[in-house]
Amino acid sequence: MTETQEQPASSPHSAAGNSSAVIATDGLTRAFGALLAVDHLTLSVPQGSIFGLVGPNGAGKSTTLKMLTTLLPPSEGSARVAGFDVAKRPREVRSRIGYVPQLLSADGGLTGYENLMVFARLYNVPSDDRRERIRLALEMIGLQEAAHTLVKRYSGGMIRRLEIAQAVLHRPSVLFLDEPTVGLDPVARRAVWEHVRELRERFNTTVLLTTHYMEEADELCDGVAIMHLGRVAALGSPSDLKGQVGEGATLDDAFVHFTGNTIETGGTYRDAARTRRTARRLG
Amino acid sequence: MTPHERAERPDASADGAHASAAQDKHPAERDWAALLARSTWDFIRQVLTIAWAETRKLRRDPTELFTRAVQPALWLGVFGVVMARARAIPTGSVGYLDFMVPGILAQSVLFVAIFYGIQLIWERDLGILHKFLASPAFRSALVTGKAASAGVRAIAQAVIVVLLGLLMGAHLRLSPGALAGVLIFIVLGAAVFSTFSLVIACLVKTRERFMGIGQVLTMPLFFASNAIYPLSLMPRWLQFLSRGNPLTYQVDALRALMIRGGASTMGLGTDFAVEAGVLIALILVAARLYPSAVN
Repeated sequence: MTETQEQPASSPHSAAGNSSAVIATDGLTRAFGALLAVDHLTLSVPQGSIFGLVGPNGAGKSTTLKMLTTLLPPSEGSARVAGFDVAKRPREVRSRIGYVPQLLSADGGLTGYENLMVFARLYNVPSDDRRERIRLALEMIGLQEAAHTLVKRYSGGMIRRLEIAQAVLHRPSVLFLDEPTVGLDPVARRAVWEHVRELRERFNTTVLLTTHYMEEADELCDGVAIMHLGRVAALGSPSDLKGQVGEGATLDDAFVHFTGNTIETGGTYRDAARTRRTARRLG
Repeated sequence: MTPHERAERPDASADGAHASAAQDKHPAERDWAALLARSTWDFIRQVLTIAWAETRKLRRDPTELFTRAVQPALWLGVFGVVMARARAIPTGSVGYLDFMVPGILAQSVLFVAIFYGIQLIWERDLGILHKFLASPAFRSALVTGKAASAGVRAIAQAVIVVLLGLLMGAHLRLSPGALAGVLIFIVLGAAVFSTFSLVIACLVKTRERFMGIGQVLTMPLFFASNAIYPLSLMPRWLQFLSRGNPLTYQVDALRALMIRGGASTMGLGTDFAVEAGVLIALILVAARLYPSAVN
């Protein structure tokens, strides 16, 4: 491997302690035909933070996530994740990130334990460490009892927690969550939030999530980018953004303020169909 | 690459994940050798992991295996019996039923494997595929794992068809060597056609189109082969097509291995080389196309 060609942006030792950017995009763009799904996005997410991409369906959040997780090549611009360029060194990026897609991604035909084992092996977790990591993961998400039950018998909230555990078995430095609480009831949603916070506390994991629930961004995120039509309409901490709008404003108000739009508009038929399908499967 | 790997992780000291390979100061060529060895092992482990998960699922829902027995039973029990009685197809010193058993085995493996790609579309719709593709697993390992599990599934079919054949009085060879050879070619054949099916799934992307294309492909592949009649009976153009069909080579090998007094027209070495070559080419194509399935 031609490893000297591209060094990580920051030196290893400075990266661990300070808040250097672990995700940095520069003019990141993705076009589908004439449509600019993501339009020259420039973002920087410090290590150890929980960062939210907020916006309605069709704002470009999922497309951004697909590019950052190396699933979709950018049309223009660049992005570095965990020190490596997503287009030039995708395998390096993949071994350092965890990803929970919006859709249901645990395998219903396998047990929770088996789902975890498959990913421990695919992520090259060493064999003598696999069982212990899986045990810890099951304990953290509170699924010890259900470990040997088929996942198709799990509730939506249990599946989400399992998926998060699957995505962090290899201790990634960045975790990507695409609409992590769509279709979950309030209790299950709170549980997911707790696990995300715990990951940050225990492993200093950086979390980038997309959501169209303003309250989720408000509750969970240190930094928020409000996206609208593929661009960043506003960037800051939830309290900053609310403060800029006025006394007593909610993040919803901030969204309307910065986009000149309401949260209800936007999104295509296809997005709507997909979101509902996910919701039904999870629910 | 490994020094960064360690440094990027906040909990690097507790993380033995890649420590064994993270020896920073080796000369370049030793790094290369170590990297190659590690990549090879990673590849094998990933293939086995995918195949392991698939066979687990199969074990929990074995109904599939029984439904697979219906078609070959009809072909052998109805078509085979009638044609054997009519003596319409000259098969030399071998009886028609004997001649047909390997052909029907290959055919039943083909018919199941050719629809294997629907799994990919299913996993794409669920989001499972996205997660596999965002993992550091080799794309070629993901594809090979699928091919391997299709091969394992086909073994069950071989057992069923051999039992059916024996039941009907076909003269089959049951020596361990012959059976091992049959096993190898069955797994290989299933791997070839299931990978072909994955390629189609990557290209067409929807279940409806995929099913349509699968239907369109099965019969031509079956008829343009030596499965139920010998090559020598075919008109020239069909012979020509049949020789380009991997199924022909599979049937040829099975006929030599399975039937008493059976012989290979092409030679077992050629059969194996063709099947293996086609498989490798298809795996490379599928690995290349795999990521496009999620976009």
